[in-house]
Amino acid sequence: MEFLTPPPVRRLTGPEGEPQRRAGSDPGGRSNGNGNGNGNGSRSPVFVGGRARVAPATIAIDRMQVEDVSVDYGRKRAVSGVSLPIRQGEVLALIGPSGCGKTTLLRSLNRLTELTRTASSQGRITLDGVDIATIEPTALRRRVTMVFQQPNPFPMSVFDNVAYVLREQASRRPKKRALEGAVHEALSRAGLLDEVRDDLDHPALRLSGGQQQRLCIARALAANPEVLLLDEPCSALDPQSTQVIEDLIVKLREDVAVVIVTHNLQQAFRVADYVAFMYLGELVEYASATQLFSAPGEQRTRDYVSGAFG
Amino acid sequence: MSTPQALAAGSLPPTAPRRNESSASWRLTDRLGLGFAWFLGLLFCVITAAIVIYLFVQGIRYLRPSLLVTNPSAGFTESQTGGFLDPLIDTVVIAVMSMAIAVPIGIAIAVWLSEFGRPPVLARIVESTVEMLAGTPSILLALFGTLLFEAPWLGFLSRTSGGVVFGRSFFAAAAMLSLLALPLVVSSVREGLQAIPSHVREASYAVGKTKTATTRRVLLPAARPSVLTGTMLGLGRVIGDTAIVVLLLGNTLTNDPSGSAPILSALRGTGSTLTSYVFYNAPTGDGDQPGKAYAAAFVLLLMVLALNVGVDIVGRRGTALRWNS
Repeated sequence: MEFLTPPPVRRLTGPEGEPQRRAGSDPGGRSNGNGNGNGNGSRSPVFVGGRARVAPATIAIDRMQVEDVSVDYGRKRAVSGVSLPIRQGEVLALIGPSGCGKTTLLRSLNRLTELTRTASSQGRITLDGVDIATIEPTALRRRVTMVFQQPNPFPMSVFDNVAYVLREQASRRPKKRALEGAVHEALSRAGLLDEVRDDLDHPALRLSGGQQQRLCIARALAANPEVLLLDEPCSALDPQSTQVIEDLIVKLREDVAVVIVTHNLQQAFRVADYVAFMYLGELVEYASATQLFSAPGEQRTRDYVSGAFG
Repeated sequence: MSTPQALAAGSLPPTAPRRNESSASWRLTDRLGLGFAWFLGLLFCVITAAIVIYLFVQGIRYLRPSLLVTNPSAGFTESQTGGFLDPLIDTVVIAVMSMAIAVPIGIAIAVWLSEFGRPPVLARIVESTVEMLAGTPSILLALFGTLLFEAPWLGFLSRTSGGVVFGRSFFAAAAMLSLLALPLVVSSVREGLQAIPSHVREASYAVGKTKTATTRRVLLPAARPSVLTGTMLGLGRVIGDTAIVVLLLGNTLTNDPSGSAPILSALRGTGSTLTSYVFYNAPTGDGDQPGKAYAAAFVLLLMVLALNVGVDIVGRRGTALRWNS
């Protein structure tokens, strides 16, 4: 995939019309939040941070379609009857309190739920119109890759972490030389190449937490997937790394459909175009981020995004 | 953590220097228990130190460089009976052979138990079998070995004359010794595999890798320190075992090859290791050359100590880089 110049991302002004600030131009940008002297506690949405939302993407291609999907663990229903579209060009955030099934839904998108012995699922998920149940799991998981909550680079060099994905199963071929270009491209798409260019042979576990997580994203991108699943990718990271990764997500969305599970509502607001609020396994509300956070259609959504529970 | 200086300079009021809780306020029974624990702990230290120091003193007294390069020979005095070159070499050979059997099988069992383990009934059976093996006295394994390797169909592994299989050889001893090392390798590798968080496995599956590829490229490399630890522990066990060597290696003081093939003949033949050499030369043994026994025991002790240090170093290095669970 060509990705020599990153796609342009238009930045709009914030919802309240205040000029948008990034940490680069405002050292206190992320921390001032609501208490920015405006007394904006009464405004809606109440939790808009120092950073504002990015503009909607210019494209939207349907990639996956979740149709009435239910997942059970043994006799316990984790996800019940969820339907929603996943589009390239629009980041989809899954939010909801702990145990509401968002991670389970995410894992069923690349059939990782099947690794759990007790899990069973109904319904249909399609990827580019093809039912994923008919796709070989290893092939599917190369098209729908996933990044986890804890950074988990493999116990090998930075280079090999990415090359591992590019090689056939457990093979050591093709050789390093032949993969150099692809590895570099994946690392640069994840915005990590400049930092690790000289350390490609170092053990990946020696990188910092944020770098490790971006390496995991590079790894997930190396397979050239259509869909990228992120399961709370920033919850183990410091604010600075979180911001780098959020910028990365926005940059990637035109290239690949991104689904992100997050506990952090501000994060969902910052990066997502569409937000799905789940509660007790059900999809309560699916709407554009602006709408869901400013004018939620359901009482439960309103309670959750205003911090009444969760 | 505040140092006294920091306390003095800080806002906290000056206090008496902190001391650990004194046992003076304890009940009598608690104090007795503590005293008893101290006594036992020190006693074991003293006993261990006594053994090591005794062997060191005796070893240095009796060990001559010439003993390391000469072979045992028949004789009546310590000056005539030679050294223990063959037992020393055989110890290394036997250790390498046993581990060559135990490590691959042990890793395979550990991987199966930790990563596959289906059906669960079979996994439980394998698990308890390995545990039982760990608890089996080596003399029982040796006895079983004599029976097994005298079987005609295993005759190619030892000396055979006139249809009678002798059943004692390096192969026989190494095969049985590997059973001693196997449980140690299995439990160590298994522990190492189970210490890898499940999200690391899933991360590999999530980029389209199979279970086999994940095991080979991610899990086993991550468990390498455990593999090494298990190997060293197994080596220590193999080097130190006497019963199997005495019964299955033929207990000939020098190597006694069988046949004419260059290496195979030696391995089909008999020999002795440092442990059986010590056993033979101990004051209660047939040889009764205590000086030789002390010298050989000293060399054995050095080997085992080196292995222990190795386990320590490997274990410490293995914990340096880890994931969060």
